[in-house]
Amino acid sequence: MSQLTFARAINAGLRKSLESDPKVILMGEDIGNLGGVFRVTDGLQKDFGKHRVVDTPLAESGIIGTAVGLAYRGYRPVCEIQFDGFIYPAFDQIVSQVAKMHYRTQGKVKMPITIRVPFGGGIGSPEHHSESPEAYFTHTSGLRVISVSNPQDAYTMIQQAIASDDPVLYFEPKRRYHDKGEVDEAAPLAQAFPMGSARVAAVGADVTLVAYGPLVKTALDAALAASDEGVSIEVVDLRSLSPVDYATVEASVRKTGRLVITHEAGQSGGLGAEIAASITERCFHYLEAAPVRVTGFDVPYPYSKLESHHLPDLDRILDGVDRALGRPNSLSGLEG
Amino acid sequence: MLTDEAGRDRKAPEPAKSVTNPRRTGGDLVQLLSPSGERISHPEFDLWISDVSDEQLCSLYEDMVVVRRIDTEATALQRQGELALWPPLLGQEAAQVGSGRAFRSDDFVFPTYRESGVAYCRGVAAPDMVKAWRGNALFGWDPYRYNMATQQIMIGSQALHATGYAMGIQHDGADSVSVGYFGDGATSEGDVSEALVFAASFQAPVVFICQNNHWAISEPVTLQSHVQLADRAAGFGIPAIRVDGNDVLAVLAATRVALDRARKGGGPTFIEAVTYRMGPHTTADDPTRYRDANELEDWAAKDPIARLKALLERKGLLDEQLETRVKAKADEVAAELRSGTINMPEPAAMDVFKHVYAEENSWLERQKDHYARYLESFSGSAQEGAL
Repeated sequence: MSQLTFARAINAGLRKSLESDPKVILMGEDIGNLGGVFRVTDGLQKDFGKHRVVDTPLAESGIIGTAVGLAYRGYRPVCEIQFDGFIYPAFDQIVSQVAKMHYRTQGKVKMPITIRVPFGGGIGSPEHHSESPEAYFTHTSGLRVISVSNPQDAYTMIQQAIASDDPVLYFEPKRRYHDKGEVDEAAPLAQAFPMGSARVAAVGADVTLVAYGPLVKTALDAALAASDEGVSIEVVDLRSLSPVDYATVEASVRKTGRLVITHEAGQSGGLGAEIAASITERCFHYLEAAPVRVTGFDVPYPYSKLESHHLPDLDRILDGVDRALGRPNSLSGLEG
Repeated sequence: MLTDEAGRDRKAPEPAKSVTNPRRTGGDLVQLLSPSGERISHPEFDLWISDVSDEQLCSLYEDMVVVRRIDTEATALQRQGELALWPPLLGQEAAQVGSGRAFRSDDFVFPTYRESGVAYCRGVAAPDMVKAWRGNALFGWDPYRYNMATQQIMIGSQALHATGYAMGIQHDGADSVSVGYFGDGATSEGDVSEALVFAASFQAPVVFICQNNHWAISEPVTLQSHVQLADRAAGFGIPAIRVDGNDVLAVLAATRVALDRARKGGGPTFIEAVTYRMGPHTTADDPTRYRDANELEDWAAKDPIARLKALLERKGLLDEQLETRVKAKADEVAAELRSGTINMPEPAAMDVFKHVYAEENSWLERQKDHYARYLESFSGSAQEGAL
């Protein structure tokens, strides 16, 4: 076991994949000499060479489109999109090519491409640097989407993503890059917790709180705060956003009868909507209250002095928990 | 070559010969065969086809006739309701056969949806060319069997795929070449520009073959570019060749020049094959709404097949035996296309779920299970059960 920051844990995972599979190639803007704007790829080009850790021209569609060609040739490209808001120029290649190639060719051509996306807000950055675009991709068949919440998962799941024969979008919460945690680098990947499974991060009895990525820590803090008031929250770290491990969420909701979902992304058409609908379909009779969503607002990501209003925090999450429990809350007295 | 593990840094391009001059402008159209079938001598390009024997000339003629016949038959199949759509290549046979016959089997081709002539050269069976247009699949053939990707419908996307594949070839230290086809319309797409940037930056062994057929559905090439398309390559530092796309020998020569450069570590080449889409964009299109009949007549006079046929006549190679042989081959392939189309096996309902992912996916498994139960509910036994 070693203590690693989130960013170092991803770095260690990338290093492991580069070592174990010569077909793994890292590509992105500033990932070589600089080590990435967040230093996630620090030192990798020096150790693996310019042809395995490739600084690309500034063209996101170009990065993903050439990764498609490399995958055609049998490589496993790992692409870095420098910031969440920069992924849109690559959207067409991701949705129309990466996601559809396996289906189009009925399995003849595989697209084992990993797309790393630093995402989410909370770091006071300018426009286009704090977005949460995951729902665009969970809505797209043919992609797998994951988001990691702690250094151990960051380390393990980047390797699982790279090893997967399906394309994987790997959303890493940039505001957690400097958080430290225990990482077992010696544990064999084959025996690791599956990439597609959700994990109960805190056991509770009264309400199920589903979170992923940056908000898992906030959710755990909320659970701790609630326990002081005698409310027992079960926190489910979703980990896989597509597919969602409904079995784990469902088992929790059957136990607690109440569901709160939180994410930074806006509410309408977000992942919370999908989870609320699916859980309602699957265990309606176990629900004692309507599912509650605590999310970013349906606004463009606001300027940084307003982001604390936009982002769900501990208090807003607990307010949502109170709504699910029918306790006094900010909306008490309102219908619906 | 690029095999040395330690010396991965890219090799500098070869010293420029006249044909490799990146500053070559598109003005000097390379033509080795006049519209009347007269062999025109060219100081730089003659060398690249000096090995083409009389027999090979006849074979190129046969290829173009067969490819046109496939195209005609597919158009007929669409008119008869056997295909939902077909994108004809009529008029582009030389551009496709001339380039398609230049490749090695280990070169890898990324086509658009109109490269049925190239597919023929790669050995793809005619019914496989129409499978996607009948709606029986989203692809026609196994890309790894023919080293040719499936038809790309998105405009220009495959230029990046070709470039990425070439980067992979480079990484492997192989001397094969990746080829990206696209049309004049695609040159306006960002992906084509990005492909040219990546190809130049990494000196990737890729050949871009732009068939300028003058029309992107209803939009003339003048709407896409104020300069000749070949001239655009210079801005990326990529050598270009502007070639008469209706001249099979010139296209063959130009493609060989580009392939040779790529194999030797000299990086990418942009070929503009100037040709003409004599038919509609697809069978759903009506070109009479946007183009002048005179223009079509002008280009009909430059027909790629008639031109090679005239050369064969001049050389005394066009005898009854050849005509019979070529006709028999075209008839055979057309019959194969027709029967293969009509007898194409229908997909099963549950195939809709197949191969979305390489690995199992719980969301989809659930939908699949529910749909199977739904279909089952229509079966006789289920109805009896309900009663």
